[in-house]
Amino acid sequence: MARTVPTSTRIGFTALAWIIALILFSPILWVLLTAFKTEAEAIANTPTFFPQNFTLENFGAVQARSDYIKHATNSIIVSVGSTLIGLIIGIPAAWAMAFAPTKRTKDVLMWMLSTKMMPAVGVLIPIYLIFRDLRLLDTVHGLTIIMTLINLPIIIWMLYTYFKEIPVDILEASRMDGAELWNEIVHVLVPMAVPGIASTLLLNVILAWNEAFWTITLTSGRAGTLTAFISSFSSPQGLFLAKLSAASLLAIAPILLMGWFSQKQLVRGLTFGAVK
Amino acid sequence: MATAQTRTLSRVMMAPAVLVLLIWMIVPLVMTLWFSFQNYSLINPMMTGFAGWANYLYVIGDPSFTQSLVNTLILVGGVLAITVIGGTLLALLLDQPIWGQGILRIIVISPFFVMPPVAALIWKNGFMHPGYGMLGHLWKFFGLQPVDWFNQYPLFSVIVIVAWQWLPFATLILLTALQSLSEEQREAAEMDGANAVNRFRYIILPHMARAITIVILIQTIFLLGIFAEIRVTTGGGPGYASTNLTFLVFRTGILSNDIGAGSAGGVVAVILANIVAIFLMRAVGKNLDA
Repeated sequence: MARTVPTSTRIGFTALAWIIALILFSPILWVLLTAFKTEAEAIANTPTFFPQNFTLENFGAVQARSDYIKHATNSIIVSVGSTLIGLIIGIPAAWAMAFAPTKRTKDVLMWMLSTKMMPAVGVLIPIYLIFRDLRLLDTVHGLTIIMTLINLPIIIWMLYTYFKEIPVDILEASRMDGAELWNEIVHVLVPMAVPGIASTLLLNVILAWNEAFWTITLTSGRAGTLTAFISSFSSPQGLFLAKLSAASLLAIAPILLMGWFSQKQLVRGLTFGAVK
Repeated sequence: MATAQTRTLSRVMMAPAVLVLLIWMIVPLVMTLWFSFQNYSLINPMMTGFAGWANYLYVIGDPSFTQSLVNTLILVGGVLAITVIGGTLLALLLDQPIWGQGILRIIVISPFFVMPPVAALIWKNGFMHPGYGMLGHLWKFFGLQPVDWFNQYPLFSVIVIVAWQWLPFATLILLTALQSLSEEQREAAEMDGANAVNRFRYIILPHMARAITIVILIQTIFLLGIFAEIRVTTGGGPGYASTNLTFLVFRTGILSNDIGAGSAGGVVAVILANIVAIFLMRAVGKNLDA
């Protein structure tokens, strides 16, 4: 039930909230508008709001200069691939911890979380050297392995919090009926676990897509993801804003849309179920 | 009720995850430790052998280390202060009966989905550039001299960018926590004549304590590793003005090819992160049980 407040108060709060929200959103709005401007218009002394000469040429130029398609493909392979491998390893582990917990389960979970606390930079040099010697530097599969490892603790934690909410009684009942373990998993557990698995998948694709430490340090030309693609736009300036915006828009649009759809699940996922 | 069979089974199911994470945690860390006591430079292959504490003395003794350490603390502390205080205020505002709440939520969370290098480049070129950035235009509009943000206030500029990315995260989580506060409780407090400040202090804040702890914990994990924002904007400079520990190790180990010294820096970063982590895990452990 909504609280009742005087309309004037409500208008005031609404106006204030919208102003703050639009200020926070303004960099994204700037990208959205500048991407369709000509370079001359983008750096004009008197900035325009809407593009005066609407153009799509920036997108073509960005593709020609830095090959967006290749980088986007790498991003998709790495983020989706690492998430799927993470789920394959993580689902059995989370299942075991949620349905057959022992005294040590909590410690194991905390230990897994603690591996996330290790700063990436603490292992950057050995990983770099191992990758160099195994010829994994600048490869998509090498990057996928690292991405799997850094997101595995989050995947397991998220799955664990979802699985824990599945009532054990149902599993017991199916066990009573003499269901084999495999049947128990396929017919009982999976349908109840799918929503949790789906939001785990979504959130981890987002995290992997935006990861910008390993993707930048371990790749150069071939296996570069979109974070590397966009970093290649960091040096030249001047007649460049519209193309930078087009590149930025191409890099963030897919994940922004995914994020909007999944924002309800996001809180719970990112806080490991502690805030719902 | 857990039989020996299910216990074995659950061990088998956990084995791959535990094994993979164990290797991931131990092998590179041991290697970093090992390298940190070696003379090992990719530029000068003649220099080999046990180095003792030389790498540590070299790294810690260098003024760039102290500066990077201070920068790391300012960066993490600054962003935490802005996002937790700002996020609380914004969450309180969004929790009011306002029009368009659903759309506002989506607008406010958006920056969180922008990948770090994009966020940094938008701010650098579109907003903070003294010539054609939007802030420059705004300053000129008010008759002021545009500021060259990244040269004059490099660390502050990085803080602004990172805070912009994480404020939505804090807001969304605190708002979710706020909305789970029961209406009856608030009304009861209102009936009892508690004013807004007291309601916030004695009802809302205690209720949000757990969410705030979690926001601080998760953000600290990510903020200690800030990298891309520095890489594409200042490159750690001018000098070492915006270099944090993460970036210092990258500079020493990868850019200057000094594996030994870079590893020593990495070990120091791990130790610091663990000190922070112990405090945070303790706080979270307490909060999670409650």
